[in-house]
Amino acid sequence: MDPLLQLQNVHVTFQTTGGTVQAVRGVDFTLNKGETLAIVGESGCGKSVTARSIMRLIPEHSGKISQGSIKLEGKELLNLTEKQMREIRGSRIAMIFQDAMTALNPTISIGEQIKEGIIRHRKISRSEAKKQAIEMLTLVGISNPERRLKQYLHEFSGGMRQRIMIAIALVCQPSVIVADEPTTALDVTIQAQIIQLFKDIQWKTGVSIIIITHDLGVVAKIADKIAVMYAGKVVESGPVRDIFYRPQHPYTKGLLASMPRLDGDRSIPLTPIPGTPPDLFAPPAGCAFAARCPYALEVCREHQPEETVVDSQHIVACWLQDPRAKQVYPDLAEATGT
Amino acid sequence: MRKKLLEVKRLKKHFRIGGKTYLKATDDVSFEIYQGETLGLVGESGCGKSTTGRTIIGLYQPSEGEVVFDGTNVHTAKGKQKQELTKRMQMIFQDPYASLNPRMTVGEIIAEGLYLNSMGSAKERYEKVIELLETVGLRREHAERFPHEFSGGQRQRIGIARALAVEPEFIIADEPISALDVSVQAQVVNLMKKLQREKQLTYLFIAHDLAMVKHISDRIGVMYLGNLVELTSSEQLYANPKHPYTQALLSAIPVPDPDVEHTRERIILEGEVPSPMNPPSGCVFRTRCPAAMQKCAEEVPIWQEIESNHYTACHLYKQ
Repeated sequence: MDPLLQLQNVHVTFQTTGGTVQAVRGVDFTLNKGETLAIVGESGCGKSVTARSIMRLIPEHSGKISQGSIKLEGKELLNLTEKQMREIRGSRIAMIFQDAMTALNPTISIGEQIKEGIIRHRKISRSEAKKQAIEMLTLVGISNPERRLKQYLHEFSGGMRQRIMIAIALVCQPSVIVADEPTTALDVTIQAQIIQLFKDIQWKTGVSIIIITHDLGVVAKIADKIAVMYAGKVVESGPVRDIFYRPQHPYTKGLLASMPRLDGDRSIPLTPIPGTPPDLFAPPAGCAFAARCPYALEVCREHQPEETVVDSQHIVACWLQDPRAKQVYPDLAEATGT
Repeated sequence: MRKKLLEVKRLKKHFRIGGKTYLKATDDVSFEIYQGETLGLVGESGCGKSTTGRTIIGLYQPSEGEVVFDGTNVHTAKGKQKQELTKRMQMIFQDPYASLNPRMTVGEIIAEGLYLNSMGSAKERYEKVIELLETVGLRREHAERFPHEFSGGQRQRIGIARALAVEPEFIIADEPISALDVSVQAQVVNLMKKLQREKQLTYLFIAHDLAMVKHISDRIGVMYLGNLVELTSSEQLYANPKHPYTQALLSAIPVPDPDVEHTRERIILEGEVPSPMNPPSGCVFRTRCPAAMQKCAEEVPIWQEIESNHYTACHLYKQ
């Protein structure tokens, strides 16, 4: 059976006055029905660009998906015409953005914005569309939906706006929702409400979710599997417990160690990752993390690491995990603590 | 007993927003900061934590109440006394993009405080800038560059170097790491902790990220809608939160540990924060409080010490 969504070797580049930025440099992952995949990484690692490339929302004048394949239920999205793609967007794959205030239109009532999608994609009457819009608002927990439909975005609080964006995404019953930092701008008590809402909706509708975030706490709460991105590549991916409890890539380990925990001991200093991510105008020849990696070998600086399967679905792209590395450096396991 | 460096007494800051409407950003906040400690101030957006910080340092005049820094009232000090205060208290801002003048070089930005306070000759100031750059982990050649040439984490280091230039005793850090990536946040926090040890600094650390605040602070104050609702040591606050808001806030923070997350009981607060222009009567948290009683609507809970060094304002605890 085909996975619901499959990305293979996706590359995205942007032309700028400073040269070509290789924002995404070969991303692979699969998403099955009813799953939640979290893409984590720091700013500039290409996680948002990856998300947008699934919707083919890369601005055409400067950027392009230069290589690779994105398949939805086995059907290649990159070969579709813009017109065919429009049938997919909103209807099969929907997107939720970080900031509703810029993602939605402030001059159109929210009811019209919810209805717009269904009227565009489904052959239904306006009154039926309104009925569905009310249903959606109820589903996302907005009380008094009939009155609320007539209101505008500025009349809602931050958490409510996020709920509206979720309602708009859900209205055509898509199979995949791509949520780009959906809770980053929210306060933590509101964030807790929205995460709970995502879980409830997934339980009720069986929708698959790709959530992009830098907050590992949110990931632990919501994700089934994780793809960790660094400098335009997935460096490690696997089921959520494997990534949290048995991380293999030094970057994943570094991310986990640099975060303070509420239940942590504050006398132990945090372990930051030294340095900053590489410049994607001229990405390094070898592993992009080598310059910041405490365990980097000579091979890391010269050759891109190959993928090593740690354990069925748990995959890491790191030379330290390569069986050959252990032959050359017998005490490697001890040195890296793996 | 450690020396009280800063005393905030019943501080209020109300902003007039047309007509007779006032936004009560900070409404009756009192606390003390002892020399050498880090006091964390947490709360969600709009709770008044930044306004409190900015009023303490004198960027705003208070509507009521006073702030006393080592015996001097911050808001009534004049002339030489005031200049002395600006040297002793410094601030680090949240947005490393907006808080550095894009038309000044990094060297000029860092040296500005020295220049304004006529500290040292031009050459001495230059040497000081180089020393500060190295202290915060930047290089001497960075002095000639402009802020746009730096990453967010590097800019925040520039902001820290600027604050340190006049050798202050007390630094207010208003969300100093919120704009930074996780791995870089740890760099900046470790730097701030190191500087605190080396220079015996006192910090007021304002942030919404409770995990990071707990990591850096000795004591933590929790704010909600302009009011301080709880104040105690950071261990105590986490282990034994008293105020229902603190309990909900702690339970809402996701822990980066899937097994813990799947078993943890969570208090999800209903609704949203009321408007600070028209706060609820009595206890401001009562509209969302799972334990609200009749009394909460009628009486403002008093700020009391319910256990040793554990303060809260809540009717659940005996008067």
